[in-house]
Amino acid sequence: MTTAIEINCETGEVTERPLTAEEIADREAAAAQAAADALAAEEAAAAKAAAKASAEGKLAALGLTADEVAALLG
Amino acid sequence: MPVTYQLIASNVLSSNVASITFSAIPSTYTDLVLRASVRKNQATTATEFYIKPNSDSGSNYSFTMVYGTGSVATTSSFASNTNGLLIRYIDGTSNTANTFSSSEIYIPNYNSTATKPISSFSVEENNTTSATMAVQAHLYAGTSAITSLLIGVPSLTILAGSSFYLYGIKNS
Repeated sequence: MTTAIEINCETGEVTERPLTAEEIADREAAAAQAAADALAAEEAAAAKAAAKASAEGKLAALGLTADEVAALLG
Repeated sequence: MPVTYQLIASNVLSSNVASITFSAIPSTYTDLVLRASVRKNQATTATEFYIKPNSDSGSNYSFTMVYGTGSVATTSSFASNTNGLLIRYIDGTSNTANTFSSSEIYIPNYNSTATKPISSFSVEENNTTSATMAVQAHLYAGTSAITSLLIGVPSLTILAGSSFYLYGIKNS
């Protein structure tokens, strides 16, 4: 059984209880949101990497050396 | 000399839990510091836990982050999400057995009714050549004074042995 702990900072009382149905639903929704966010972040990173590779290719086609391209793009 | 850094409450988990809440946080301090040593049951490294002030699930959380493993630093940002203050990076079950990440979260002016900047520093513990560390600048857009902190991991559990210490800071 999944449980939650609450620590009352005024009294010092610690209570452990099973999750409510609402908390379970919230956790599932949060997990789905986190997965979607992670996917979006991965897609953004991949798009950025692809754009950088494309830029490097175009600069090389203009005659820049690899060192010059690296100096430009960091 | 007055005590300016005072332990409010703490807990070392004796069993796995979904979440831990510090409730009824007194308003008698100026700032809060949460120090956490965490491991969760996710079979990857480089994971996170969340903190939701006042259990707020609104689109009130943003952060900018610098992270890396010791060679190249990378940046990342995340705006207006509902997942809470995402504290990266922490240990999962792929990290070395019985190791726990270390995190410190600083919450200044927590009694304010304005939006709140929050900072965090976190590093994995791992007996390999690589462990990720991150520094994050968070913005919590909630406008109520913070009276509770809900700490959790979506759909997973925080493992026994993880520890949480909440401190209050006074300016006098």
